[in-house]
Amino acid sequence: MNIWNRHFECMDRDELRIVQGERLRETVERVYFHVPFYRQKMQEKALGPENIQTLDDLSKLPFTTKSDLRDNYPFGLFASPMSEIVRLHASSGTTGKPTVVGYSRRDIATWSEVMARTLTSAGATRDDFIHIAFGYGLFTGGLGLHYGGEKIGASVIPVSGGNTKRQLQLMHDFGSTVLACTPSYALYLAEALEESGLKREELRLRVGVFGAEPWTENMRREIEEKLQIKAIDIYGLSEVIGPGVASECLSQKGLHINEDHFYPEIIDPETLEVLPPGNAGELVFTTITKEGLPLIRYRTRDLTHLNYEKCSCGRTFVRMEKCLGRSDDMLIIRGVNLFPSQVESVLLEMSEIKPYYQLIVDRVNNLDEIELKVEVEEQFFQDKIGQLMALRQKIQQNLESSLGLSIKITLVEPKTLERFDGKAKRVVDKRNF
Amino acid sequence: MIVHQLSVFLENKSGRLTEVLETLGQGNIKVTALSVADTSEFGILRMIVSDPEKAKKLLKEKSFTVNLTEVLSIITPNEAKYYAKALKILSDIEISIEYTYAFSVGEKSVIILRTNNAELAIKTLQEHAIELLKASDLYMI
Repeated sequence: MNIWNRHFECMDRDELRIVQGERLRETVERVYFHVPFYRQKMQEKALGPENIQTLDDLSKLPFTTKSDLRDNYPFGLFASPMSEIVRLHASSGTTGKPTVVGYSRRDIATWSEVMARTLTSAGATRDDFIHIAFGYGLFTGGLGLHYGGEKIGASVIPVSGGNTKRQLQLMHDFGSTVLACTPSYALYLAEALEESGLKREELRLRVGVFGAEPWTENMRREIEEKLQIKAIDIYGLSEVIGPGVASECLSQKGLHINEDHFYPEIIDPETLEVLPPGNAGELVFTTITKEGLPLIRYRTRDLTHLNYEKCSCGRTFVRMEKCLGRSDDMLIIRGVNLFPSQVESVLLEMSEIKPYYQLIVDRVNNLDEIELKVEVEEQFFQDKIGQLMALRQKIQQNLESSLGLSIKITLVEPKTLERFDGKAKRVVDKRNF
Repeated sequence: MIVHQLSVFLENKSGRLTEVLETLGQGNIKVTALSVADTSEFGILRMIVSDPEKAKKLLKEKSFTVNLTEVLSIITPNEAKYYAKALKILSDIEISIEYTYAFSVGEKSVIILRTNNAELAIKTLQEHAIELLKASDLYMI
C-alpha cells in the first residue's frame, strides 16, 4: 500500500548493501575513467577503482563540494559526453555562477522513478490530480514533480509558481487532489483561500508534498489545519538529482532516503569524520546510479541524523530527520537558494558603492521577504534625489538578474550597520520556522 | 558668485535632523537657510551655513555623508513677480533648475537656485540686472 517499488523500498538490508556495493564500484569506475577531476583526486591518494571494493572503502575517497562544481563550471564534472546529456538544470552557486547539473536519458528515468516513489509514499495514485505550484524552468522542483506525476499515471497540472488567484481557481475547477509547492507558499495559499470567495469544502485537496526550504512541525500542523490536508515532507537537491532524494511516508516519522540510488553518510562538519548511525551531523551523498553527473561524497551542508530502524510502513530504507539547519551560510528565500557572498559579488562589481551591506530576511504573511541595506558613501552622494533613486534601482536590477530574487534596497547612513570584530554582520534572519 | 551649499544624506529615521543641527550648534555654525528634499525612504538636507567647510568637517566626524554643492543666490525685492522674472530669464535660455528655495529678510527676498549651468546662469542674470549675492554676504545673513 502506497509503495511504488516494493522490491527495493522494502529490500532486506543485507541484500541492499550488496546492491549498493556493486553500484558504488560501477560509479567509481565511471568517474575515474570519465571525469578528470575525480581521476586526479584519486591518483593524488594513490587510489584506483580497484581499491574501492565495498561500502567500507567509501571513506577513502575525497569529498565533493559546491565550489568544486563552481570551479568546473559549467560541464567539467559531467561523466557523459554532451551528446548524451538530454537535460540541464541549474541552481544558485556561491558567487555569480550557478551550479549546473546534467542528466542522461537514463538519469531522467531514475529521477522519474524516485519521484514516483515520493508521490506514492504520500498516497498519490493514477486517479489523482497533481497540482504543481513549484517553479518550472532551471529549478528542478517543477519538472521533478511533473515527471513523477506522469510516471504514476496521475493527471498532472503544471501550474508553476505565482498568480495565486488563478491557482485557487484551477484547484477548484480542475479538482486538484495533491498539492506540490514550498511549505510557505502552502500557508500563503491557505490564507488566500480564506480571503477568496471559494470554500474549502468545494476543493478536493487531500494531501500535499512540500519541500525546497526548511519547515518545522509547527508549520506542518498549521498547513494541515488550515488546508485540511496531510502535509508530507520531501527532500532533495539538484546536485544529487533534484526532489526525490528522500520523502516521508504517511506515518510522517522521518524521510525515507532512496539509498539504492543515493548512498548517505553523516559526517562531523569540522573534522570530516564519518559518524556512527544516530549521530547528528552533515549529510553527504554518493550517487550510485547517475550517469551524467555522478557525485562522490557530495557535502550537502544540511544537518540531520539517520534512523535505521524499520518503519511501520514496511520500508527498510533509512530515514533522515527533517533538516532544520545548515553548516554554511546559505539562505533559502521562497525556495530559492541564496549565499550572502553572491550579493557581495554583485555589489563589488558596482564601482559606485563599497559593499558595506546587510541582508535582513523576514517572513511576512507567510512569504519570505528580503531587504538589503547598503551604506551610502560620500563618493556616490550627489545631492540629487534622482541619482540616489537611480542607484537604488540599479542595485536592485543587478541583484535580480544575477540571483533571480527581488530584493528591497534601502540606503542607510554610513557606519550604521552592526559591526562584529570589524566585519559587518552580513545577515539578520528574523524568521522562526 | 558661486555659493557652497551643504548637502547631507539622511535616513528616514527620527532624530537624524536633530543630530545634524546639534553638531552644527556645537561648532558655532549659523544656519542661514535650510530645506529638506524627501522621498519615503530617505531625504537630502540642504543648508546655507556660515562656514561650509567647517560644517562639512564636523559632520563627517560624526559619520554623516556630506557634500558641498554649488548653487547661486540672488536677492530681489520681496514680491513674487521678481522671483518669477528670474525663473523666466533662466528658462528662456533653457537652463534647467534642479531645485530652488527662498526666504525673506525684511523687504528683500533671497532665492537659492541649483541650475545645470551655473556660469551661464550667473552671466545671464547679471545681464538682466538681477543682483547676485556673494557667498560671504549670504553666509552672514
